[in-house]
Amino acid sequence: MKPVRQAYIRPLDLRHGCVEMSHGSGGRGMAQLIEELFARWLGNAYLGQGNDAAVLPAATGRLVMSTDAHVVSPLFFPGGDIGCLAVHGTINDIAVMGATPLYLAASFILEEGFPLGDLARIVESMARAAEVAAVPVVTGDTKVVQRGKGDGVYITTTGVGVVAEGEDYAGDRARPGDRIIVSGSIGEHGMAIMAQRENIGFASAIVSDTAALHGLIAAMRASGATIRTLRDPTRGGVATTLNEIARQSGVGMMLQESALPVLPEVAAACEFLGLDPLYVANEGKLLAIVAPEDTDTLLQAMRAHPLGRQAAAIGKVHADPQHFVQMTTELGGRRIVDWLTGEQLPRIC
Amino acid sequence: MRLPEAMHLPVTDLPDSAQAIDATATRRSMRFIDEFRDGELARGLAAAIRQAVRPDRDYRFMEFCGGHTHAIARYGVTDLLPPNVHLIHGPGCPVCVLPIGRIDMAIRLVREAGVTLCSYGDPLRVPASGGLSLLKVKAALGRDGNTPGDLRMIYSGADALAFAQQHPERQVVFLAIGFETTTPPTAVLIRQAQALGLGNFSVLCCHVLTPPAIASILATTEVRQWGSVSLDGFIGPAHVSTIIGTRPYECFAEDYRKPMVVAGFEPLDVMLAILMLIKQVNAGRAFVENEFSRAVTRDGNLRAQHLVSEVFEPRRSFAWRGLGELPYSALRIRQAFADFDAEQRYAVRYEAVADHPACECGAVLRGVKQPRQCRIFGSVCTPENPVGSCMVSSEGACAAHYSFGRFADAAPPTGADFPGSPRASG
Repeated sequence: MKPVRQAYIRPLDLRHGCVEMSHGSGGRGMAQLIEELFARWLGNAYLGQGNDAAVLPAATGRLVMSTDAHVVSPLFFPGGDIGCLAVHGTINDIAVMGATPLYLAASFILEEGFPLGDLARIVESMARAAEVAAVPVVTGDTKVVQRGKGDGVYITTTGVGVVAEGEDYAGDRARPGDRIIVSGSIGEHGMAIMAQRENIGFASAIVSDTAALHGLIAAMRASGATIRTLRDPTRGGVATTLNEIARQSGVGMMLQESALPVLPEVAAACEFLGLDPLYVANEGKLLAIVAPEDTDTLLQAMRAHPLGRQAAAIGKVHADPQHFVQMTTELGGRRIVDWLTGEQLPRIC
Repeated sequence: MRLPEAMHLPVTDLPDSAQAIDATATRRSMRFIDEFRDGELARGLAAAIRQAVRPDRDYRFMEFCGGHTHAIARYGVTDLLPPNVHLIHGPGCPVCVLPIGRIDMAIRLVREAGVTLCSYGDPLRVPASGGLSLLKVKAALGRDGNTPGDLRMIYSGADALAFAQQHPERQVVFLAIGFETTTPPTAVLIRQAQALGLGNFSVLCCHVLTPPAIASILATTEVRQWGSVSLDGFIGPAHVSTIIGTRPYECFAEDYRKPMVVAGFEPLDVMLAILMLIKQVNAGRAFVENEFSRAVTRDGNLRAQHLVSEVFEPRRSFAWRGLGELPYSALRIRQAFADFDAEQRYAVRYEAVADHPACECGAVLRGVKQPRQCRIFGSVCTPENPVGSCMVSSEGACAAHYSFGRFADAAPPTGADFPGSPRASG
């Protein structure tokens, strides 16, 4: 009797192939996609378990968990793509809680007809980001929707981290007198996307700032400065994030326009499109509220880290029953820096 | 006083100046932004204004354009002015002056004629009849089963034309709004569509004219008879004047004895214009002066004017929000281009609709009321849920005051180092 021969499986055609409905069916097609694409790039011991869920060792400390859906358009932009963005976004949400991010889960919604080559680039970029951040993707899911029902690829990432007892950087801890610090120049991610979409030649030099911030945050915590609040100003930008903190803490804020770090090309592109950099999304910046006496200590620690070189103190917290965030303009006048109204830049992350 | 070099740039013919702008931009490495917002120059101008004002009188100037309203609120210009200099917001915001009936026409084109309507972002949020807005119509597309049309937000009319070329199976209508600044580009689009023989592109023309609106403000009973709105002069339009020049305003200065200074949209432009107006008022003069000489001439852009008159003609009458029906105050598409006129193609007619009874947009647009004097300002009517059009556009007086200036309505918080004294924005 002849032995049963191993069936030959034609490898995925990453050059010309496309996502097919069978890649999400649960059958061999899906197994092949996972094996040749996701496992190949993202592979680690937990993902390699190949079960319905990853079994992880117990961690000490309080668990921190966050999830983030990514629908950015275009999928590839100067400085990054949806893959690394999906890793950075969730890591940052966990890191600004003061937590050490440990694991990620990733769920992909793919559109039928999406080039497998592009998917491979995205997964590779995701793997690189996860490796640099030392936060593995331990479990995942793939679904395929019919052509026209998705937009290439959507990625949802969920992260888990741990934070020690007593560490708290929640949004309700800002006090009058505190200083407001931003870790670097603002508005780059949003304008990089916008310049691509609108085909603005002179702004094509703008590169997204997408980055994982837990390293910078660890350096900030190690400085010993009394940090009240940490938050990453993504959608809605610095303005919206500060308004959230002002409301949660029941305080007002006064910013100095002249202290805001904005790259000249970002300022020019914003001017051109009628946008305000304060409302443009960042993906690798954070805002810190710090006790006034520790401002310099914290700034020093931040500037010593590659992601905080341009860190700047941009304003002060004060008592205000209205919880207004205000700004002294370069001109020398005063204005409110309000919540973002409506939708400034759709599908930015 | 030293003024930024760029303020003295020679005036060039705008359509041909692209090269000149490129060369200058490279040389100055994109420094066309900050010089016009410089704090030191602003302090110098503020000191000059303080010296120029007579303490025994008030000065009330109307900034006609929403662009000025926005700049004043955005940079806190009023904080740098003496308390007896008041700025009154005018009607020069294209979104604000669109009456409800015009938005209704656009909605009917989508829902009944099934067109793909292309619009700038702001008109989408203007409240229409029946609690609708174009944005709400857009969100419900395909859900209510009887809306065959589509809505697309665009940044330029050229996007609408390109979309029509790419989608010959759809009827595309461009919702064209704006004063004289945006009219020449629409004229170009219509001529291009004709040259291309595009059968699926048309324009819902809501272009309005600045001089009739200024005339209407000056002729209101509040200004002429009651004196409840006293005006000492105008900060004249910036971009509009690049097209029409300063000549059309000369009759107002003469007939109504009101000085006008045409000013750019940067905060230092506004401050310099205020200083020039104060000097005219003090000297009892009423002339048209040009602060925005880096872009505006007395005759304006003749090529653009010619283009506009080739494609458009004045409407006998047009309904403005706040100002009512004004004769010869807007443009319609000439018969020679009737194929591209959505009003003719779809036989959609304007029907007047009353504004929300509590909304004071009309009075705000005429300069009769300040935004905060409206009962529903900041409570029922906010930028998230605008009741009136002035709360929609960032150039609208209500939105500008809400978004940038409403701190002045609250008691000043203690213990913070604030610049200037808290004052109302008008």
